[in-house]
Amino acid sequence: MSEPQVILGTNRTGVQTSPEGTARQLEATRMFPADVPGDMSVYTAERERAIREADLIGSVPPPATTKGMVKTALDKTIGKAPEVLIDKLGERLAFERTGVRLYEAMVAKATSAPGADPALVETLRSIQADELEHMNIVREAIETLGGDPTAMTPCADVAGVKAMGVLQVLTDPRTTVSQSMSAILTIELEDNAAWELLIELAQKGGHPLIAKRFKHALEQEETHLATVRQFIRTDLLEQVS
Amino acid sequence: MTKIDNLLDNKGTPLDKQSFTWRELAGKPISKLDDDAFTRVRVILMNGVESDALRLKHFGSRFHKELQLPLAQIRRVEQHQMTSINWLLSADHSPLETTVAYEQVAIEVTAAVAQNEPDPYQAQTYRFGLLEDFDHLYRYAAMLDRLEGKDANNILQGYTDLVPGRPTSEHHRAPGDDLRDNYEKDNAALITKIHAALITGAEYQTHDYYMNIGPLFADPVARALYAEIASVEEQHVTQYGSLQDPAETFMEKWLVHEAMEVYTYASCAEQEENPRLKAMWERFVDYELGHLNLACELFKKYERRDPAEVLAGPLPRMIEFKSQRDFVRETLSREVDLRAHGIDYVPKEKEARPSLDYRAQLNSEGVPANVVSAGYTFKPGTELNEVGEQQ
Ligand SMILES: [Fe+2]
Ligand SMILES: [Fe+2]
Ligand SMILES: [Fe+2]
Ligand SMILES: [Fe+2]
Ligand SMILES: [Fe+2]
Repeated sequence: MSEPQVILGTNRTGVQTSPEGTARQLEATRMFPADVPGDMSVYTAERERAIREADLIGSVPPPATTKGMVKTALDKTIGKAPEVLIDKLGERLAFERTGVRLYEAMVAKATSAPGADPALVETLRSIQADELEHMNIVREAIETLGGDPTAMTPCADVAGVKAMGVLQVLTDPRTTVSQSMSAILTIELEDNAAWELLIELAQKGGHPLIAKRFKHALEQEETHLATVRQFIRTDLLEQVS
Repeated sequence: MTKIDNLLDNKGTPLDKQSFTWRELAGKPISKLDDDAFTRVRVILMNGVESDALRLKHFGSRFHKELQLPLAQIRRVEQHQMTSINWLLSADHSPLETTVAYEQVAIEVTAAVAQNEPDPYQAQTYRFGLLEDFDHLYRYAAMLDRLEGKDANNILQGYTDLVPGRPTSEHHRAPGDDLRDNYEKDNAALITKIHAALITGAEYQTHDYYMNIGPLFADPVARALYAEIASVEEQHVTQYGSLQDPAETFMEKWLVHEAMEVYTYASCAEQEENPRLKAMWERFVDYELGHLNLACELFKKYERRDPAEVLAGPLPRMIEFKSQRDFVRETLSREVDLRAHGIDYVPKEKEARPSLDYRAQLNSEGVPANVVSAGYTFKPGTELNEVGEQQ
């Protein structure tokens, strides 16, 4: 690795870079103390009030095709509340779709950032291809159930909000390979847990064929996770040795 | 080029030579961690100045057909100056961290201006507003800690105190108590006109920023706090905007604004430590001198008057970008209980019915600033840091 990924420099954020300023800030807190009684619980109580009064983010669209409606009606007798499964499938679809884009950003990073490693690019491209395949597996599953794979379900929306931090890390030109891979790690950790759960949900919902296809995806996700973990470990250890 | 002894002597860069590329507009940002807090203060301040340059020129265009083309031409440059400046803020600043930086700008710059201002009433107005933005900083710092688990001092870098000022819950006044007496254009010092244009522009962008980012928050308390403080910033725009003489023509205000831009960029250039930004500030001093000269030519042509009537007089020292802690504390100790009654500053007990009623109504279902800061004491490393006070 030619360029170091971590440097010592003029970081000014801590008290040690402004000891006098910090001492005076503390002096100020004694001269001008808190003026509103209470503590964090006041804040929490207000949150609780808002939660009780809040609307939901949105709803799951009802299945539109006749074929779908029949199926859904049939499935209702097997599994309860198919909208729960549709919502989670929508989430998985959105997550895998965003995943393809996240890996695209990661490829640029692995090609050009401090810590760049051509061998990593190949691995990333193959994981990216898997994520695209997963996206299509989920799309087909939604279609089988008569759902609309282009709709953004509530869980899909929330997944998008969750991914925003990872996206910011990966697309910031200043972040290193190491920082970016640890953002990828959070994605892969969730990926694994989520597929596991989805398989169980599909089975309980009376969709064993869908569950079977999902198992294939889960196996691939297990490999992703192991690969990402191993890379991060090796990379960091190399930096300190 | 940081000394401006006579604004009108230097022609600056001609407008047709003031050019940009997209890459320059969206250039490399500053470092949130390594750059000095005052570098960020200057970035935010100048973004506010440029956004006000656009605003003023748009209004002028609505009243003056003959000025529409030159105003549009200069505005295009102001737009691109503003972009190259605002894009210096790096994406690792959360909107709330940037908010803390905005209030640091309001405090440190208004305090510097208050001390440089020769007109006692205008100076009093700056001190009055200062104590309110000072309180905003404390409430936002509490929220940064309690919402994101972050230490506001990572942004402030020890320059600015984090304690209550005049409580935000008491900033809410009836509009009649936000208007101020104005300077008289023929008797006021040039620096007085410059200060009013500068601080109005800075407050305007703070208002607009809070209005834009408030809805980005999921947290109901954060949404409420931005709603509350944005309302106060609108009062601040009302207050500072009314310091200017309404008898000034649009072109007079325009001249003052360009002179303000020259002066403020020159102050930035004089004190900037980051060489890349220093070069940018210097370049923009020359751009603004170009704007000012063009405005002067148009002033001669259309108003048939000498620009020196508006711009005469020496400029005092530059805006000092440094911690104004002692001045702020002194002001806090003496003036925290001042309130506004019409254009006058009065003791707390003398506040009048309209503001008291207005405030009681708005506060009747709870005060976000109080919710967020209940019992909050700043500690290095956040209030969760058990050993914070011993630092
Ligand atoms: Fe994966
Ligand atoms: Fe400008
Ligand atoms: Fe403020
Ligand atoms: Fe303000
Ligand atoms: Fe200008």
